[in-house]
Amino acid sequence: MQIDWNHFTPWASLIGGVLIGCAAALFALANGRIAGISGIAGGLLRPRRGDAAWRIAFLAGLMAAPWLWRAFSALPEIRIEAGYGTLIAAGLLVGVGTRFGAGCTSGHGVCGLSRLSPRSLAATLCFMGTGFATVFVVRHALGA
Amino acid sequence: MAALLSFAAGLLFGIGLIVSGMSNPAKVLGFLDLTGRWDPSLMLVMGGAIAVGFIAFRAAGRRTRSWLGGAMHLPTARQLDQPLVFGSLAFGIGWGLAGICPGPALVVLSAGEARALVFVAAMAAGMGGFELFQVLKTRRRPAPA
Repeated sequence: MQIDWNHFTPWASLIGGVLIGCAAALFALANGRIAGISGIAGGLLRPRRGDAAWRIAFLAGLMAAPWLWRAFSALPEIRIEAGYGTLIAAGLLVGVGTRFGAGCTSGHGVCGLSRLSPRSLAATLCFMGTGFATVFVVRHALGA
Repeated sequence: MAALLSFAAGLLFGIGLIVSGMSNPAKVLGFLDLTGRWDPSLMLVMGGAIAVGFIAFRAAGRRTRSWLGGAMHLPTARQLDQPLVFGSLAFGIGWGLAGICPGPALVVLSAGEARALVFVAAMAAGMGGFELFQVLKTRRRPAPA
């Protein structure tokens, strides 16, 4: 294993993580809900009565973040290396997988591990495992 | 009030994603590339978030009402099942292909990246497929009277 010191951002990532934790904490304590993006977004496709407003508000806040950021400074680099075909396959897998798996990096990875949930630990190990394996296959085994 | 609070929580979450570097899919792939030049940043994002979350969810778990006075909607299931495992395995493959998970996808889309639109449209279609499956399943197996 070789650490990429040029791209490793320990302080910024730790501080950003604390902010994400604060957002999840606020949402759980004040609103009694899990800040899981896939569940919040997926629940909008067949919303029950009175269950849509808070979802839309949360996602609007999330999507307002880059706009608020831009009001003060330039956004950090966003680089998407995948081509269109890969993006479609990846999006479908992420959409189907997070809904059947009942959560994503935020719902299972952040909130679930914070709650010491065995389901979330299993889910996180599963998606981290196939995430590592997929990048290994694409970058090294296939030698892309 | 609940909507305002949800907006604020979403905004703080999004700012956290940008500060942490997780709004850059290339950086996420750098974390998932264990055998290449590895960028451990994502581990510190999770560590920082869980350090705060651990305390907050312990407090939240003892509450019967939220600060706003509403019901608590925290999950109670603890049993592993096949959808959880196979769904999460599939999610990880998609995550590894593009380096994008649902939160950053929406942030990057809102930042105006055309490629993110393709990803988010496919993700929405995948989520729609799940909903369709749920509808068909309940039709085939009617709830016991």
